[in-house]
Amino acid sequence: MAETSAPARWERPNALAFTMLVVVLAFILWSFSSVGLSWERMVRGIPALGSMLERMFPPDLERLPRILEQLLVTFQMALVGCILGLILAFPIAVLAAEGLSPHPVLKHASRALIALFRTVPDLVWALLFVIAVGLGPAAGVMAIMVDKIGFAGRFFAEAMEEADKGPQEALSTIGATRTGLIFSAVVPLALPSFVATSLFSLEKAVRGSVILGLVGAGGIGVELKVAFDLFDYDTACTIILAIFALVIAVEQVSNVIRKRLI
Amino acid sequence: MTALAHRLSPEPEAPRAPPVLFVSGLAKRFGARQILRDVTFEARPGEVTALIGANGTGKSTLLRSIVRLVEPDAGTVTVLDQEVRGLDRKALKAFRSRVGFVFQKHNLVGRLSVLTNVIHGVQARMSGPRTWHHALAPAAIRDEAMACLAAVGLADRALQRADSLSGGQSQRVAIARMLMQRPELVLADEPDASLDPRAGRALMELLYSLAHDKGLALVVISHRIEHTLAFSDRIVGLADGIVTLELDSRVAHAEQLRAFFERPPAETDRDTANHG
Repeated sequence: MAETSAPARWERPNALAFTMLVVVLAFILWSFSSVGLSWERMVRGIPALGSMLERMFPPDLERLPRILEQLLVTFQMALVGCILGLILAFPIAVLAAEGLSPHPVLKHASRALIALFRTVPDLVWALLFVIAVGLGPAAGVMAIMVDKIGFAGRFFAEAMEEADKGPQEALSTIGATRTGLIFSAVVPLALPSFVATSLFSLEKAVRGSVILGLVGAGGIGVELKVAFDLFDYDTACTIILAIFALVIAVEQVSNVIRKRLI
Repeated sequence: MTALAHRLSPEPEAPRAPPVLFVSGLAKRFGARQILRDVTFEARPGEVTALIGANGTGKSTLLRSIVRLVEPDAGTVTVLDQEVRGLDRKALKAFRSRVGFVFQKHNLVGRLSVLTNVIHGVQARMSGPRTWHHALAPAAIRDEAMACLAAVGLADRALQRADSLSGGQSQRVAIARMLMQRPELVLADEPDASLDPRAGRALMELLYSLAHDKGLALVVISHRIEHTLAFSDRIVGLADGIVTLELDSRVAHAEQLRAFFERPPAETDRDTANHG
C-alpha cells in the first residue's frame, strides 16, 4: 500500500546551512552593537532636534526668489542628465541584452560598464566630475547621466530580453536585419517598461540632484549646505519645503504620464 | 475564385508547372532520435500540398529544414533551382526572404497597429526606419500593405491595435504580412491549430484561394482531416521519417486519411496510382 502520511513540515537543515544561518545572525547582532545605536542617545537627541525645529519655524521667505531659481537649476540639471543618460542607456542596453547583442565580448563589456555605473553611487561620480569639470551644474549633469546609464541600462536590457520572442522569430525567419528586428518587434513590446523606467529615473534624478549640490555639483544642494553651515535653519526649512514640493510635483506628473502611456 | 469553385472546376488536368520546391532524401537526427530518414517530395506553384502525419513524425522539422531553421543532416532541398543547403549566411538570408512562413501562433506585435504589422513583412526585401512603422513608410509600401489587408478581408481594421483582434483575424493579419514579402513558396505550420472550427476553416479556405489566385506554392500542415481534404491539391503523409503516402486530394477520402493516422508505424504504402 502506498505511503499516505503527510511529509514533515520542516526539512532538517544540513550542517553547512545551519552554520551559515548562525554566522549571518551573529553578524546582524554585531552590526547593531557596532553602529552605536542606543535608546539613551536617541532620547538625549530629542531636545537638540526640538531646538533646531523651533529655529526652523516660521520658514524665512526672504531668500525665496534665489531658492526658486536654484530649484529650477536643480530640476533642469536632473532633466538634462536624465535625458542624456536614457539616450545613452538604450544602445548600451541593446549591446548587453541576451539574444540582441552582436557579439559575446560586446555583451560582457556592456554589462560590466552598466554594473560599474550602477554600483558606484552618484555622489561619488559627482565628486569625480567636480574635479574634472569644476564646480557647478555641469558636474551634476554628468553625474546624473552616468548614474542613469547604469540604472536604466539594466532595466532596458531586461525589458528587451523579456519581450515576446514570437514576433522576433517571425521577422528573423524572413531575413529582417537585426536593427529592423529591434525597432519593429522588440522596442514596441518593451515600450511600457521603457516609459516606466524613464519616469522612475527622472524621479530618482530629481531626488539625487538635491544631494549632488552638497559636494559642489550645483543646484539647490549648495544653498542647503550653506544654510546649515551658517545655522540659518529658517532658510534651510524654506529650502527643504521647496525641495519637498518639487519632488512631490515630479512624482505626481510622472504618475499621470505613466497612467496615460502604459 | 472561392476554394469550393476551384475544387469543383471541371477542367481537365492542365500541364503542371515545374516544382518550386524539391526535397530529396532529407534526413535529420536529434540525439538518438532519427526524425527524418529519407524524405522526398515536391511543391508546385498554384498548388497546395498538405503535409500530414501523427504527432512527432517530423512535419514541423521538415518545414524548418527547408528554410534551414533546422540544419538537415543529409539530402537536398532545391527551391527555384537554388540548392538551399549550399547557401552561405548572406545568400540564406536572401533566400528566406522569398519564403513565407505562417506559424501556429500569429506572432504579431500586439501593441502596434494592424497596418504596421503588415508593413513589417516588407523587411524581407527592404530595411531601415521606413519599414518599422506605417507612419514612416513610403506611400507605395502603405498602398501595397492595404492591398494585402484587403486580400485577407481586413482593410477596415488597418489602424486597430493588433492585440484587439480575434485569433482568426490575427492569423489573417499574419497572412497579409506574409503576402507583403511577395513570397514564391509558403510554408504553413498548423495555421488552424489554435482557431475554433469556423475560423480555422475560413483561414484554410483563404490560404487555399490565395495559393491558387496568386500562383503560390503552399505546403501546409493541418491535423484536421476535413481541412486537408477540402483545401489541398495533394496530400503527402509522413511516418517513420519517410513519405509513406502520396495522394491527389480530389480522389482522396476521409476514411483513407483516418486509416493512415491509425495504422501502426513502419508500414510503407506510397500510393503511386494517384501520383499525378
